[in-house]
Amino acid sequence: MVDGSFWIILTGAFAGGACGLLGVFLVLRKMSLLGDALSHAVLPGIVIAFLLSGSRDIIPMFVGAAVFGVITTLLVETFHRHWYVQEDAAIGIVFTSLFALGVVLISAFAGQVDLDQECVLYGEIAYTPWDRIYVGEVDWGPRPVWILGTVFVLDVLFVTLFYKELKITSFDPNIAIAVGIPATLMHYLLMGSVSLTTVAAFESVGAILVVAMLIVPGAAAYLWSDRLPVILVLATAFGIFSAIAGYYLAGLWNSSIAGAMVLVVGGIFGVSLIFAPQYGLLGRVIRQGRLGIRVAQDHILLRLVRESEAKEDARVYIADLLEGSFGARMRSRVAVWLLGRGGLVVWQEEQLTLAEAGFGKATDLLRSHRLWETYFSQLGVPEDHLHHPADALEHFTDESLQQELNAELPDVDTDPQGKQIPKNT
Amino acid sequence: MPVWDITFQFVLLGSVLIGCTSGVLGTFAVLRKRSLLGDALAHAALPGVALAFMLTQSKALPVLLAGATMSGVVGVLLIQVIVNQTRIKADAALGIVLSVFFGGGIVLLTHIQQSAVGNQSGLDKFLFGQAASIVASDLYAMSVMVVVVLVLVGLFFKEFSALIFDPGFLESIGFAPRWVDLLLMSLIVLTVMVGLQAVGVILVAAMLITPAVSARFWTNHLLKMVFISALIGGLSGATGAWISALAPRIPTGPVMVLVATGIFVISAFLAPQRGLIARWRRLRANHWRENTQHFLRACVELQEQVRQEMKEIALTELAQVMYEPLYRVRRLAKYLVKNRQIEISGDTIQLTEKGYRDGVFVLKSHRLWEYYLVYRSILEEDHVDRSADEVEHILTPEIIERLESILVEEHIDVENVSSIHATESGFRKAGQDG
Repeated sequence: MVDGSFWIILTGAFAGGACGLLGVFLVLRKMSLLGDALSHAVLPGIVIAFLLSGSRDIIPMFVGAAVFGVITTLLVETFHRHWYVQEDAAIGIVFTSLFALGVVLISAFAGQVDLDQECVLYGEIAYTPWDRIYVGEVDWGPRPVWILGTVFVLDVLFVTLFYKELKITSFDPNIAIAVGIPATLMHYLLMGSVSLTTVAAFESVGAILVVAMLIVPGAAAYLWSDRLPVILVLATAFGIFSAIAGYYLAGLWNSSIAGAMVLVVGGIFGVSLIFAPQYGLLGRVIRQGRLGIRVAQDHILLRLVRESEAKEDARVYIADLLEGSFGARMRSRVAVWLLGRGGLVVWQEEQLTLAEAGFGKATDLLRSHRLWETYFSQLGVPEDHLHHPADALEHFTDESLQQELNAELPDVDTDPQGKQIPKNT
Repeated sequence: MPVWDITFQFVLLGSVLIGCTSGVLGTFAVLRKRSLLGDALAHAALPGVALAFMLTQSKALPVLLAGATMSGVVGVLLIQVIVNQTRIKADAALGIVLSVFFGGGIVLLTHIQQSAVGNQSGLDKFLFGQAASIVASDLYAMSVMVVVVLVLVGLFFKEFSALIFDPGFLESIGFAPRWVDLLLMSLIVLTVMVGLQAVGVILVAAMLITPAVSARFWTNHLLKMVFISALIGGLSGATGAWISALAPRIPTGPVMVLVATGIFVISAFLAPQRGLIARWRRLRANHWRENTQHFLRACVELQEQVRQEMKEIALTELAQVMYEPLYRVRRLAKYLVKNRQIEISGDTIQLTEKGYRDGVFVLKSHRLWEYYLVYRSILEEDHVDRSADEVEHILTPEIIERLESILVEEHIDVENVSSIHATESGFRKAGQDG
């Protein structure tokens, strides 16, 4: 006999894995909210099936939920296309009213329905070990494990078999149709799998867990990679991991298991949001900071070289460079320090002068700046609008681009203000 | 009958207040395409309710709502951060915040229940709403919030409508759309919080969306829409409270939502201009007009081929030319007889003077348009017929006049329909040059 908690974790892991896997495609297709709507709207189907069959058999429940899943998609489509209601408003109306209908049915037939409002939300994952399947006299283990395990395997098979089709219809439905892949059919197959998974999970783990697992793992994995196979594996892993960790968290806090699982997957998303290298917030801040410092360095060099055009041995007070907002002053400070360390400027008491090594780079920047100004002027940009675009582009202008600009501007030696464009060094 | 005592009056008044306020604010939320933000907001409020209770051990409504507001606002800000700073789209961001905050709220609620600090049952009502639990002090707190919300909406009505319909204009007259938007958002937050107690976090969004969308069917005028939406919201609130009082087992929120949905369906069908029935009738009238015009044009065309006035035309022949089944041609003929545009005898028909005039008018529109399409090199000669089929019904006299002037320049007799033949003339090249 295996420990009860093993079965609970297994059920949660199957649910999390299956939802996480399919959720990736919902996120990619911008259909997350339809998943959300679906998992609320199947409730009346489940209740009605319950009332009619009087049992918790999966077959009637699935039929009831599937019918309401189809009704949901059809109603949203009808309200949106034929009744001219905005799409998000249509989703909002449909799933709230169907969910409300389900709750009213539950409360009206409270005596006959072995469901209550709370279990709709939290699910009954804690009772998993006692809900068993018997074939003859033989105990085959907990029912939810079998159901969700089957659904998980089916979902994995579906995604593996139709990987190419799902991928191409998610990213570019028009190309898919052009090369002969039925995009609409794939859409309905995907929605069918989502409905199946939702129904199976809804009954044993509750609505919250389904909604969260359909959206959050996919979105979190989407922050870590650009490659679909990696995203799929990550999302599934996130779903499974949060089920395991959530179980122990719930034990620790003495709280709802499904809720704790959601909280863990939320935590995974939070970590991804901040630390994902390419698309996370931290990476973004660091990249922007670096760029800002580079731009500040360029501006200091430009200022020095402009001064030295006017007079030999030009000097600039460091204090004069530190202006603007707090962030801008900090960036300038770091920029001065980096320039000094790189030997591009010489630091004399409170003043800066251009070093031999810095002169070349500064002249190069000045050349880029004035080439751009001249170029824009020839395009007809008014004179008082020239500085700003040139100021932005000068940092990203390499030698080949300079040559192209030069080729566009034959026989031009001075910029629109009449200042000399430095020759290539 | 519900007990018509002071308690029920509180409940009724509270529900109506909630319905009206969410109706008013819902109008702006829906028109600003923020329908589901209210949903996210409400779900995100749940952990705030639980935390406020855990920290203060108080179940006073203002305390709980303060907590709800705070976590709701945090949730909405988080959505903004995710959408603006990462590549995750708005729908997923909404779903993430909604489900994770709600999950967190459930964890806290169950934790409170298990640890059994005092009686926590008052918190459960925030899930599905229980209007019956509204007492006098709640009503005062609610009224204050509602008055604040409604006064602000009244004061900033013009700014909000500009924000919805033309943010560029709002900016050009010196308002920052961001701040007006922020004010509107804050009012929506307050409204959702007022609704929490009676409707519950899961369904309170419906009270924002459904009355407003229903009101949209009845009017194109913003102020009227606000009032209609408030009326629908109030009605749903009152009905919900009443049914809930009759059958205390059934929670108020879902009933209010279902009543609102019922009104939505009725509005969608019955509204005079934008309603489905009105649309359907307009569409049908249009179809009739087009079909009869096609009929008359086909008659004139057939007549033209034999160059004989008022020829007798067999219905079977017409059906062939019009690519329509015979029974539909017969039905059209009956209608046209009533209009005195044709006369019918057995299976043949004959145009009357009036019918001939109308038919010639349609044929002229058709050919003028064909001519124009070829003349301007918009379509090839063998493609113009279909386009002209559609356009012939809607050409105005002014357009016809302008089209005729083109033909006059080409020395074509515009009075004689038979001489207008886009597909056979040699002006094509000249048109391309011009």
